[in-house]
Amino acid sequence: MTNEQEWPLWEVFIRSKAGLDHKHCGSVHASDAEMAMESARDVYTRRSEGISIWVVPSNAITASKPEDKESLFEPADDKIYRHPTFYDIPKGAGKM
Amino acid sequence: MYGDTSIQKPIEIAEPTSEEQARLEEIFQQKIDDNIKIEPQEWMPAAYRKTLVRQMSQHAHSEVIGMQPEGNWITRAPSLRRKVILLAKIQDEGGHGLYIYSSAETLGTSRAEMIEQLQTGKAKYSSIFNYPALSWADMGTIGWLVDGAAITNQVALSRCSYGPYSRAMIRICKEESFHQRQGYELLLSLSRGTDEQKEMLQESVNRFWWPSLMMFGPNDSDSPHSAQSMKWKIKRKSNDQLRQEFVDATVPQAEFLGITLPDPDLKWNEERGHYDYGEIDWEEFGNVINGNGPCNKQRVANHLKAHEDGAWVREAAAAYAEKQQNKQVA
Repeated sequence: MTNEQEWPLWEVFIRSKAGLDHKHCGSVHASDAEMAMESARDVYTRRSEGISIWVVPSNAITASKPEDKESLFEPADDKIYRHPTFYDIPKGAGKM
Repeated sequence: MYGDTSIQKPIEIAEPTSEEQARLEEIFQQKIDDNIKIEPQEWMPAAYRKTLVRQMSQHAHSEVIGMQPEGNWITRAPSLRRKVILLAKIQDEGGHGLYIYSSAETLGTSRAEMIEQLQTGKAKYSSIFNYPALSWADMGTIGWLVDGAAITNQVALSRCSYGPYSRAMIRICKEESFHQRQGYELLLSLSRGTDEQKEMLQESVNRFWWPSLMMFGPNDSDSPHSAQSMKWKIKRKSNDQLRQEFVDATVPQAEFLGITLPDPDLKWNEERGHYDYGEIDWEEFGNVINGNGPCNKQRVANHLKAHEDGAWVREAAAAYAEKQQNKQVA
């Protein structure tokens, strides 16, 4: 078996149609961005799944850690006043 | 063996070594029980990770090796229509392999490591791909029966507890339906053809029927450690359950084709509401899995050759990327 170095990993994001966000769909190995783009096209858009592709070196992504879930996201749970349904508006006021 | 590793040595499940670990395991199992998907960075028992890596890499290998029996027929396809279909299908198989490798890598095992395990025989792949594709009818039979069996399995796996695997399965199932339908359509046209074509169809199904049933793995009574996989929801249905689903769906399709299935014990069981079928030749299954099928050596040798022949391309691309990068720095 050869000891060659593995090509870097790239994360692939695809915009499925105009007006929608790019969405993560998987990864590819490629030696550079151009090859990552071509491989992403071949692997993830064989059936017109996309109109735009982003490829990002996997090691460039900083991800939140599962153990930080509480400190990051829990503070939002008790702020129900940030939602429109928190407020009672009488019917007479019309559509709001 | 799409998703069945029960014939292999079981992966040992270690007892928790500390209170903290026991607590983590409990939280983990609770998530599984609540049908909350497990994502890559989250804590998981070592044996869960190991089981997944084994199953997913073998699944990916099956897709990739599965290109070979069909690749053999591209230049002999009888029409341009059949040829583009076959090419598209084979490209899909390669793509499916890549989706699953990509998902397996999220568990911390490198692609290179998985490929090496395939090439050294440490990792297995589905026994079905060690049978040769001898006639054009096999291109139809593989789509209908082999992909049909794979779909049965993969639909169940799309509810698997590991997020990236489940997502890859959903994507694959969408595409796999084309594989089965093109195969059945191919067989339908043979069934309406000459006597010779009808004979070719029947002969092909005779060869592939039993190996397709073997794809689901040993009987439940002989796969004791799949219970753990069920508990972890890596596996959602047992081998025999899936096999029965496949038989029930397939028998009427065979009747529609006007062919017979090579099993004298195959008959509708009113009481069970399922088809009964005969005993599978498990000795043959064991032989093929353990390297003595008709094509085992050829399949791995081909993979190795393609990998080695392509080494210079990989090296050149890496050298080019480095050069471009240095240019940018300078």
